[in-house]
Amino acid sequence: MSALAFNRYGVWAIYRFELQRFARTLVQSLITPVISTSLYFVVFGAAIGSRMSDVGGVSYGAFIVPGLIMLTLFSESISNGSFGIYIQKFTGTIFEVLSAPVSFVEVVTAFVGAAATKSVILGLVILGTAKLFVPIEIQHPVWMLAFLFLTSSSFSLLGFILGLWAKGWEQLSIVPMLIVTPLTFLGGAFYSIDMLPKTWQTIALFNPVVYLISGFRWSFYGQADVDVVASLAATLAFFGLCLFTVAWIFRTGYRLKN
Amino acid sequence: MSMSPVLSIAGLTKTYDSGLQALKKIDLEINRGEIFALLGPNGAGKTTLINIVCGIVRPSTGKVTVAGHDILRDFRATRQKIGLVPQELATNMFETVLTEMTYSRGLFGYPASPAHLEKVLRDLSLWEKRNDKIMTLSGGMKRRVMIAKALAHEPEVLFLDEPTAGVDVELRRDMWALVRRLREGGVTVILTTHYIEEAEEMADRIGVITKGELILVEDKATLLKKLGKKQLTLHLQEQLSAVPIELAEWKVQLSPSGYELIYVFDASAERKGISSLLQRMGDLGIVYKDLNTEQSSLEDIFVGLVHENRSGT
Repeated sequence: MSALAFNRYGVWAIYRFELQRFARTLVQSLITPVISTSLYFVVFGAAIGSRMSDVGGVSYGAFIVPGLIMLTLFSESISNGSFGIYIQKFTGTIFEVLSAPVSFVEVVTAFVGAAATKSVILGLVILGTAKLFVPIEIQHPVWMLAFLFLTSSSFSLLGFILGLWAKGWEQLSIVPMLIVTPLTFLGGAFYSIDMLPKTWQTIALFNPVVYLISGFRWSFYGQADVDVVASLAATLAFFGLCLFTVAWIFRTGYRLKN
Repeated sequence: MSMSPVLSIAGLTKTYDSGLQALKKIDLEINRGEIFALLGPNGAGKTTLINIVCGIVRPSTGKVTVAGHDILRDFRATRQKIGLVPQELATNMFETVLTEMTYSRGLFGYPASPAHLEKVLRDLSLWEKRNDKIMTLSGGMKRRVMIAKALAHEPEVLFLDEPTAGVDVELRRDMWALVRRLREGGVTVILTTHYIEEAEEMADRIGVITKGELILVEDKATLLKKLGKKQLTLHLQEQLSAVPIELAEWKVQLSPSGYELIYVFDASAERKGISSLLQRMGDLGIVYKDLNTEQSSLEDIFVGLVHENRSGT
């Protein structure tokens, strides 16, 4: 057999394997986020939301939907992206991937592709769940999907980097807990940054998550905290940064090959 | 059996980031279709050597080719030809045997081939277990699964890193039989072991590695012949107080009890043979009631070599 130019069988093997793991842990992977999201709707949508005024003509319950999807997307993408590669490092099964005729680009494509696929499915399931609680309109469905794909891929990539870097389970959960969750809560998942005091509004603009959530919300209701072009630019920049980091890790032996 | 090298290693060194020099300039050629045993104590560099050839560890300097392809530049070509069974039982325990094998074959860039997988599984007596989750299998079965995975992509060269460590006698015999069948099928097998018995039983050639240096590579038969010492022990009828001067040319030794004469000789150089010694003893009237000879095993040779190397540096 002649040498491969692109190991499509290899990429497919990893991709399918990762999705099988997803299917095997369907309860944790799918039901858990759906339940927690539903709880947000009960609390913020029904209990508190009924006493909140509309935000820019959108009922509060509907307003938080894009933010909630993003919130889940961030954490699930990171955990999916990191777990797949980390568990292989942890159990030692990584030897097989390292000794296989797959390039690093192919490995990243397969792992991140699988993680992002799960995230997109999850995002759509949460969207469907939300629809049961509140009326939702999607003004720009193509952009909505574009933001969904880009964000899922970026954060899965971030998760993959984390999985490569992590030397223990604690490190694996530190980034989502200490960085991503606070940035998301402060990034306008549950409010428009207009609602903040002036100083905090300025500070919020330094939070990259604001741009991601704002752009996603714009694709639903046509209203945004920041210009949608800025949102798109920020999303692409973040994706680019993650790609660059992965490429850099690869050049330095990617913490796998000593 | 053609003798073109399927694996060629030249000037290979490896120093880990920690500063540990695991390999000091290794040169080695492995012939197509042979069974090569790499012997050495723990930490000698056996696994590092294998891992470099397989692409798991980056070499520091040197050149390695597999069937003429460079392992770094043509990594796809070389890795498709290599199968690796690592020391540890590292596999996805939650998957079934067949799923894992399908995964392995795909990973190495080959389209699905249920017929080949079935053949490998039957060969390893795993066919009945194909739909069992790996974690439910016994230790020996799990080890077979590791081999099955490594054979899923029909490699030309198979590395077995300590294949029978912690394996019971029966499984070890099975493993040896399997290796012979693979060789008959044209697969080159390179195994590491510290069970001398294993190398003696199976290998065509033997390499001894210690402290990152390949101190010897030799045909097994030649090695045994060249370095193998034979020892003749004569149990005497009557006690001797000293070795008679007439026997000095054989350099025989007397046991502390005075009842045994010990004659050590190289298997290759038997000029001053046993028969002349016995004849001389007869002339001297030294009567023996029994005799026995022992041939040194590979183990003795190995221990001797490693010890020599240690004291020499």
